Amino acid sequence: MTLPIEVLTGAVRGGTSILYASVGESIAETAGVVNLGTEGSMLAGALAGYAITANTGNPWVGVLAGAVAGGALAFVHAFFVLHRGANQLATGLVVLFLGLGLTSLFGAAFVSRQIHSFTAWDVPVLSKIPWVGEILFQHDPLTYLSFVLVPVTWFVLQRTGIGLLVRGAGERSEVLATYGHDVRLVQYLAVVTGGLLAGIGGAQLSTAYANSWFENMTQGRGFVAVAVVIFAARRPLAAMGGSYLFGAALALSPALQARGWAINQFALDSLPYLAVIVVLVLLGKKRAAEAPEGLQKVFELSTS
Amino acid sequence: MLAAACGSNGNDTGTPAAADGGSSSDAAPGQGSTAVGFIFVGPKDDVGYNQAAYDGAMAVKKDFPDLKVLTQENVPETDEASRIMETMIAKGAKIIFATSYGHLDPAMKVAAAHPDVVVVQQGNFIKDTVPANTGTYFGTVYEPVYLAGIAAGKATKTNKLGYVYAFPIPQTIANIDAFELGAQSVNPKAETYVVNTSNWCDPAKQAEAAKSLLAQGVDVLTQHQDCTGTITKAAEAAGAMVVGYHADASSLAPKGWVTGSEWDWKAMFEDIVKTALDGKFTGSKYNANFRSGLKDGLNPFVQSKYGPSVTQATKDLIAKAATDIAGPGSPFKGPVVAQDGAQLFPAGKVPTYAEIEAAATVFVKGVVGEIPKG
Repeated sequence: MTLPIEVLTGAVRGGTSILYASVGESIAETAGVVNLGTEGSMLAGALAGYAITANTGNPWVGVLAGAVAGGALAFVHAFFVLHRGANQLATGLVVLFLGLGLTSLFGAAFVSRQIHSFTAWDVPVLSKIPWVGEILFQHDPLTYLSFVLVPVTWFVLQRTGIGLLVRGAGERSEVLATYGHDVRLVQYLAVVTGGLLAGIGGAQLSTAYANSWFENMTQGRGFVAVAVVIFAARRPLAAMGGSYLFGAALALSPALQARGWAINQFALDSLPYLAVIVVLVLLGKKRAAEAPEGLQKVFELSTS
Repeated sequence: MLAAACGSNGNDTGTPAAADGGSSSDAAPGQGSTAVGFIFVGPKDDVGYNQAAYDGAMAVKKDFPDLKVLTQENVPETDEASRIMETMIAKGAKIIFATSYGHLDPAMKVAAAHPDVVVVQQGNFIKDTVPANTGTYFGTVYEPVYLAGIAAGKATKTNKLGYVYAFPIPQTIANIDAFELGAQSVNPKAETYVVNTSNWCDPAKQAEAAKSLLAQGVDVLTQHQDCTGTITKAAEAAGAMVVGYHADASSLAPKGWVTGSEWDWKAMFEDIVKTALDGKFTGSKYNANFRSGLKDGLNPFVQSKYGPSVTQATKDLIAKAATDIAGPGSPFKGPVVAQDGAQLFPAGKVPTYAEIEAAATVFVKGVVGEIPKG
């Protein structure tokens, strides 16, 4: 396998969990709610996915459980933010630590368990295409689902009545309310959907990628997803690019090392995070101005 | 004073030992302690390093029923560790085990503030004069790793072995070197490809590292990580072989398991506790950078059981090597040559533990990969 193919394949493999979480967070933020608890939803999804797969022998049931767990944690966030008017950023962090604590507690028993994990499935015909086939079409089924998720999410958000409601809830909630729509319900659904997707992302990590559960195994990928959403300005396709960029940066280090190349791995290891920071700095002002009104309130941004 | 130890022996639930207020300053460090504290950098059930240390703590709890055993998981290698050790001391612990490499600095700080408390640290090295109430302890980890390297060298068909490690600390580098030296002692063509993850436990990074190594034709994987399940499973799923570390993970790789190295801290922990309780810590072998090996028969790091593919001939080779190390030999018996061709140990030289640890800043010839520079 040549280096570019290996890194790009690794980008998809390592970026998929972040992709699910960032698409989910895009939906929540479009509705005007930031969920820093995304990391917690990913952890909950990773554990529930692994635990239920271990107990049922079926990874699909596991992923479903992962989605429910991620969604449940996001519901906690939504409740405090939407019903109690709590600060979104603070609540998100609390939800993260709740997820971290709960999964550490209940996850201990599953560290040594084994599962029948997802296995890679080569898409007929497509996987035979040189380069592209190897990079895109020799993965686990959750990766293929994410290929579908991205355009579907874009379409729903931008081209359907449901999407209009979601965008309205984030942008001009008074208008939505004036027309008799329940803004809070829309926001609840958006945040919980975001959590469901983050949960699937976590389950992808534990049941399709690492094939193991371990305490705090997401290692900050949920925060990366939130950062990806900021620089992708909540656009699913851009979030896909951002997620794969992070995945590629992660895959580059082992790929170079396994070839015995002399590189500074510490610099390489910080590359994904540096990339996120640089993009945020470059895009920050512009993106802030584009953010839904609801979000601008959260960050107390001035658009002038 | 023992009154404070009465009642429950629970973890983390001890009440401050008020009865311990009269700790006399003339007592030897650790003498008559009512409690023992253990701090771990990770969770107690990681099927790895921390679990092994935790099992050792539980052995102490079982065999010293009068002692309260305090344990704390997930202690970061920062000042937070000092704070937790201080809490344990407030609860009556005069013997503290700081079980992670990076716990040394906080451990030394706490030891300096409490001359009546024995603080021992697992795996690091005190470079200056060792204070009367401290010490580091460890096994000669690289000995069973060398023996496993022999098995790996015999098992490989591609002559490419893969090693996933976390950080280039001397202990890890010595392991990688010993693994390669063991392999090449029976298979001169065997090379060890190394990948680091800059993290003691990031399963996704481990999965990626395993994929990268397997893609290069590596057919025997091993690792120096805190959580070991991911790589073991990745090797088995790819039809490759795997050499374990920290724990017996043969159940995760019924086909590919070769052998490995695992911990058994019971004997050493209990001996340290007993030495301290008796007031004999200062001046003992533990009041130093103590390293136990096959020679003294106390090595807490032992070889794991063999997998199905290991032949009797290989087992005989390993038994012979083990006997040699327990006697006059060493995995690092000269000549040992570094990656760049420089001589580390001349022919016939049997280096001491300290010499091996001091030399463990470079990979030996046969290791493919670079040590990252900070």
